[in-house]
Amino acid sequence: MSWILLIVIAGAALWLVGAYNGLISLKNQTLNAFKQIDVQLKRRHDLIPNLVSAVRGAMDFEKGTLEAVIQARNQAVKVNAAGPDAVKEISQAENALSGALSRLLVVVEQYPQLKATGNVAQLQEELTTTENKVAFARQLYNDTATAYNTKQQQFPTSLLAGLAKAAPADLWEIEDQAERAVPQVDLSPKPKA
Amino acid sequence: MSEAAAGNLFEQQRLNRRRTGWLIAAFVAFFAWLGFGGDYIYALSTAHAPPAAQHHVWWFGIVMLGVGAVVAAYAYRTGPEKVLWATDATELVDPTDARERQLVDVVEEMAIAAGIARPRIWLVPDADPNAFATGTDPTDAHIAVTQGLLDLCSRDELQAVVAHELGHVKNLDVRLMTTLAALVGAIVLVRDGTSRMFWGSGRRVSSGRDERKNDVGPLVAVLIALWILSWILAPIVTQLLALAVSRRREYLADAMGAQFTRNPLALASALQKIDAASLPTTHIKGGAAHMCIADPLGRRLTEHEGVFADALATHPPMAKRIAILQGMGYVQLKDEKNPVS
Repeated sequence: MSWILLIVIAGAALWLVGAYNGLISLKNQTLNAFKQIDVQLKRRHDLIPNLVSAVRGAMDFEKGTLEAVIQARNQAVKVNAAGPDAVKEISQAENALSGALSRLLVVVEQYPQLKATGNVAQLQEELTTTENKVAFARQLYNDTATAYNTKQQQFPTSLLAGLAKAAPADLWEIEDQAERAVPQVDLSPKPKA
Repeated sequence: MSEAAAGNLFEQQRLNRRRTGWLIAAFVAFFAWLGFGGDYIYALSTAHAPPAAQHHVWWFGIVMLGVGAVVAAYAYRTGPEKVLWATDATELVDPTDARERQLVDVVEEMAIAAGIARPRIWLVPDADPNAFATGTDPTDAHIAVTQGLLDLCSRDELQAVVAHELGHVKNLDVRLMTTLAALVGAIVLVRDGTSRMFWGSGRRVSSGRDERKNDVGPLVAVLIALWILSWILAPIVTQLLALAVSRRREYLADAMGAQFTRNPLALASALQKIDAASLPTTHIKGGAAHMCIADPLGRRLTEHEGVFADALATHPPMAKRIAILQGMGYVQLKDEKNPVS
């Protein structure tokens, strides 16, 4: 009789180790995915001054769009210094920057004479890939964090969440519905209000 | 990505690791069979010779076992290199024009989406659009695209194709497929290289049989027949293996690619373009055919399903792959129109 008990205990112990390690592994993957976003955001912040100075001369008529990008960038750099605890604030600032940048991209797209200068075309690709990298890093983070959150809430594993110091990770959300939409651009030559 | 998808990924990685292990074990065992089988035949044929002339030490088997192990280890380690060399690929280090720049960018993007290290990028100088991935580990992977693909596809389509290939990298398909390609190559090489030696020893065996015909007779004859048959069949069997392992994986890699890009329709349209360009990819030979996104030999067999095609085609029907991806795309469009949250 006692050997049955032994087997049950051994089985439970094995499960415990497996589930605990699974949680820790997901936790570290989530942290790592967050660092990936950070790397891409830094890249983006470094790129923007170059971009702005490259198009500034050719885009006197779109001053507002450029100003918005610069402002959003500076705000994002400031918030980013707060570190990984401030996922919500960082994501808000970065979303604002994403919105400003995508408006700029659409503007550049609408002016062929601007695209014709080689430098701008190159920067445009650079900007596209930077935006994609931020988006894909965010996607990986959200996927990983969701798997992590689900795991620590599901039944038997949830008993271990405290032991593994697992807390639900914040998702990187796109909160503003307006930012989800395709940016609209005013094609008339006069400056936007 | 749902949890089910993650579980599926780990299951797939585990299966690929295990299958690679089995493949290498079978390869070494096959060499051992060739060696020890030869020894056995030789021992039987000298059984009635004076003790000094008898075959006691099974040196041929031991040597073949060693050779098999060394060849397998060598093939495993140099597989990616050999595959890239065989397709005439050159590494893209400094992109010189806008399209190459774009390729580097989309590979970096997809490596981020897949959560793996950025693979090394190679260009195959071929006008037919195709792509493949190779490597034995996600930390040391290679992705190769043809010049034709680079010229033909839009940025989104290129991204989708790269995502499909990184799907193969992430679930370790590349390890199995590359090892298989390297072993197929090694078997063909070893067979060609040793056929002369084999015919030499074969003559010796048959002359021994002539002398002792009454004593050893049918058993040795059957053994010899079997042994020769394995030499001849080895390349064919490995080819069939290559066919069998690759078809199902394409559907899976399509799905993973769609998961990375969240844009299944881009991969569908890339596959349509690749399919429409029906030129065979001349730079990619039969040995690496099972690694490509589309059958490089342009075999029409790929268009059909069924027993015959199942046995002989390396890739599933293109129309079916496109239909599945389009299905995913439409579901996504519907979801976007009626968001749940």
